Parts: sequence; C-alpha cells; structure tokens
Amino acid sequence: MSRGTLIDLLYLVSATTFIVALKGLGSPKRARLGNAIAAVGMLIAVVATFFKQVDGHSLYHLGLMIVAMVIGVVVAVPTARYVRMTAMPQLVAIFNGVGGGAASLVSITEFVHIHSTHPATYVTLEVLLGVLIGTVSFSGSAIAYAKLQELMTGRPVTYPGQQIINGVLGAAGLVLIVIILASGQTALLWVLLALSFVLGIAFVLPIGGADVPVLISLLNAFTGLAVAASGFTLGSNLLIVAGTLVGASGILLTRLMSKAMGRSLSNVLFSAFGSVITASGASGADARPVRSGSPVDAGVLLSFASRVVIIPGYGLAVAQAQHVLRELAEQLEAKGIEVFYAIHPVAGRMPGHMNVLLAEANVPYEQLKELDEANSELQTADVALVVGANDTVNPAAQDDKNSPIYGMPIIHADQAENVLFLKRSMRPGFAGIENELLYSPKTTLIFGDAKDTLTKIVAAVKAN
Amino acid sequence: MGNVLLQYATVLMLTIFVGVEIIAKVPSILHTPLMSGSNAIHGVILVGAMLVLGSAHTTLEMVLGFLAVILATLNVVGGFVVTDRMLEMFKAKPKAPAAKSDEVAS
Repeated sequence: MSRGTLIDLLYLVSATTFIVALKGLGSPKRARLGNAIAAVGMLIAVVATFFKQVDGHSLYHLGLMIVAMVIGVVVAVPTARYVRMTAMPQLVAIFNGVGGGAASLVSITEFVHIHSTHPATYVTLEVLLGVLIGTVSFSGSAIAYAKLQELMTGRPVTYPGQQIINGVLGAAGLVLIVIILASGQTALLWVLLALSFVLGIAFVLPIGGADVPVLISLLNAFTGLAVAASGFTLGSNLLIVAGTLVGASGILLTRLMSKAMGRSLSNVLFSAFGSVITASGASGADARPVRSGSPVDAGVLLSFASRVVIIPGYGLAVAQAQHVLRELAEQLEAKGIEVFYAIHPVAGRMPGHMNVLLAEANVPYEQLKELDEANSELQTADVALVVGANDTVNPAAQDDKNSPIYGMPIIHADQAENVLFLKRSMRPGFAGIENELLYSPKTTLIFGDAKDTLTKIVAAVKAN
Repeated sequence: MGNVLLQYATVLMLTIFVGVEIIAKVPSILHTPLMSGSNAIHGVILVGAMLVLGSAHTTLEMVLGFLAVILATLNVVGGFVVTDRMLEMFKAKPKAPAAKSDEVAS
C-alpha cells in the first residue's frame, strides 16, 4: 500500500469517528465518550497529514507548522479550562470564530497559491464561497462574543433600512463572486474579503443578547460549510465530510434551538427582538406597587411548605449561587419537604446551560424536571422559588399577544400557591421585557444578590 | 476533473443526509454540548491549514498559512477541551427516567 493510500485510509477512519462522535453527543450517556472519540479521530488526521505529500513533495515549513500549533495549544488549553462556566457561550463563540477565520485564510492562501501557479482565470467558485462564509462566521462570532461578554450593548443595534442594507451587502457579495469568476480579476478578492467582514458584523448587530446563542449555533454551521468549501478546493474528502456534517447538523440544531424558544429562525434573525424595552400593558411600571420581603420571611414560608419548586435562571449563575441553592434544597429535604428544580429549555444562556451549571454544584439529576413535567408539578406546589430567572416565567408569553415573547413556552410559576422572586433589582430580564408576575399578589420579591440572599434564607430555614 | 468534482458532490449530498439524521432526536439539555462538540469537529480545517502552509511558496502564503494553523489549532483544542468540560458535569448521572429513584449522585 502506498503512503498516499494509507493516509487516505486514515482520513477515512477520522471521518468515521466524527460521525460516530456526533451520534454519541446526542445521548447523555455517551456524549463524553463521543467527544473523546472525535478528539482521537482529529489527532489521527493531523498526524497523518504530517506525512502527506503534495504535488510530489513532502510538506514544507514543518518547523513553522509545529510552532504555530504550539502557540495554538498554549493559548487554547488554559482558556478553555479556566474560563468560568457562565462564560461558556462566549467561549464557544470565540472558538467558532477562529475556525471560520482559519477556513477563510485557507481559502485565501489557496487562492493566492493557485494564482501564482496557474493562469489568472483559474479561480473556482468554492474558493470564493469559502472566503465569504468563513469571514462572515469570523466577524459575526467576534460581535457575538462582544455582546455576550458585555463589551458592547446586548440590545439589538438597529438603524433605518437595516434589513435592506444587509440584503444589499449579501447580494453584493454574490455579485462580486460572479464578477471575479467571470473576469478573473484577482485583486477583487480583497474587496470580497472586506465586504464579507462587514456583512458578518452587520448581520449580527440587530440580534439581541438573548438570541445570540441561537446565532452562534448558526455561525457554527456556517463555519462547517466554509470548511466543506475548503475541502472542495483542496480535494479533501475528510474536510468535505466533517464540514458538511457540521453544516447540516448545525442548521438543524439551530432550528431546534429557536423552536425551544417558541420562535421561528427568521424571527430570531431578523426581528431585532428585544429592542423595545417594555411590552404593552406595562406603562408606568415604576410606580406600580410590589410586595417585597426579607430573607427571613422567605425562610419561614419555605420551612412550612410541603412542595417547593425552584426555578433557576442565568442570574443564579452570575451570582455563583448554585452551591448555596443546593444547600438550601438539602436543608428543605431534611425537613421532609419535596424539592424540584424546574429547568426551562433556554434557562441560562444556551439550551442545556442550566443543567450544566447545576450539575457542577452536584444537584442530583433526578431533581431536575423539564418544562412539561415541571409545569404539572407546579400546580400542586406551595412555593415557586424563582432565582435569577425572569423571561422564562413571564406570563406575557401566554397571555399577551403583543409581547415579543408571545408563544414561548414558559414555566408556570404563577400557578404555585406562592411565588418567591429573588431579584437584584426591578430591571427587566435579558430579553428586556417587563414581567407581570412581579406585580402579582402571590408574589413576594426579595431584593439583593442571589448568593447573599440564599445564604440568609438557609440560615432562616435552619432556625425554624 | 469533472468526475472528481462529481465524486465530491456525491460525498457532500450523502453527508448532508447523515448530518440531519444524526441530530434529529437530541434532548434539549444536550444542545449546548452538541454545538460545542461540532464546533470542535469543524476544527478539522487544521488539516487544510497544514496543507496550505506545507505547500507555501511565497512569504505571503507562508504568513497566511501560519496564521491559519494557529487559528485552526485554537479551534480544535479549545473546542474539544470546552466540550469535555461541559460533559464532565454529566458523568455518573444516569439519564433519569420519570420514576423517582433514591439514587443520589455523588
């Protein structure tokens, strides 16, 4: 067997591991194994590539290649290991962005390479598509990162004629590709690069912070497609398979995510969701009376309940209060009180984010209830304890047709006998929408930092 | 040339169907790890980056290729590590059926 065939065979093994890995990632039991399998497959592919021959010679610049890889590893490992779990969405955004950037650079390099060794007209569609899609993913992810990291406003950035301008930008990119293909004017590549960069930014700006995770999933799929395009350019089945897998599954995953929020993908991408601060019916909200209480009140209420449903949200994670919350749950259970956690599919900032955060605090998996089950539990619950959640318990999603979140499935905290709402302030939630539940006569608000408040509640429960 | 392209297109088509099939039934709690895991998988562009750097003739190609390898390595390594970190949280926690078991994960 020749060296080339052996390497192709190893690439086939690698591509297979990716398929097996994705399959594994879809089931809780095998997910971690699946990820490890993909990592092994990747290692096989990279090692095999070192021995590959291109145009009859071994790879040049091996030293430089290794230096580049070492730089990559040295930066990536500590970043991925030690960034706080709450910042996970940003991290995925940034790792996706660099992947898009790499795909774009590969296409550009190949373009330059082809240009120096072939007649000027020898430029192919996939090279240009790789540049366009990869760059959009790169700059789009950078803006997504900035939004999540709060380097810029998380609210949608809008200006008049935005959709039209974006449409024109997108169309201009495609026209430019046709012109480059037809005329062979290679200098236009740099124009395409700049245009794609601007397009990525313009595309992401109007998307509100709450929707950014869905967007990251879409950009992830884009990067996959850019990788597949590079695969065509380089004649690599491995890149085509891996890129297409990610592209196809990523687009489907994006749709599943928007569905979990009760919205369509186009609504997520184009409606500048959350740009209006208050929903209808909440005018003059500042002046409306709310009932607030102390942590001791809350402790007493909880101690004499028989069923408590905890509804955690992103605020819990921000306050790093998962562990105290678990302690509270354990205290209550010790008193013979039933405790569940109601997990909204989009609690946290990404689907599944909250499960990860609670698992980190060793909350037993069996106590986590998904939406439907949680809602049936809530009908008989004495207390719904809302910690750092807001939009996911907003009844406006059910009652108010004019609300931007109308149609999103919610956790019916309002059906419990009493609602304890732990909040930092009266500020509306991530999506920027006023919450009627705060003004309900059932509701007691407890203001303050979630961790602090929970610690005091734990003390109060112990005292009772 | 045409034949090769057609062969690639065949692979592309088949993979699209595989990609869609695989994802069709995934519980929502795994959406995030799945996204992150597939994010790592498209880091396979590292192989492409190695190939372009390895056949670079000019300084421009070398610089671009070098950057591509760095970015792709970040994507691969960061992607896998972060996914593993997320999934670490799920370990030893059986996918609980609706029944309430007394088993408490450590």
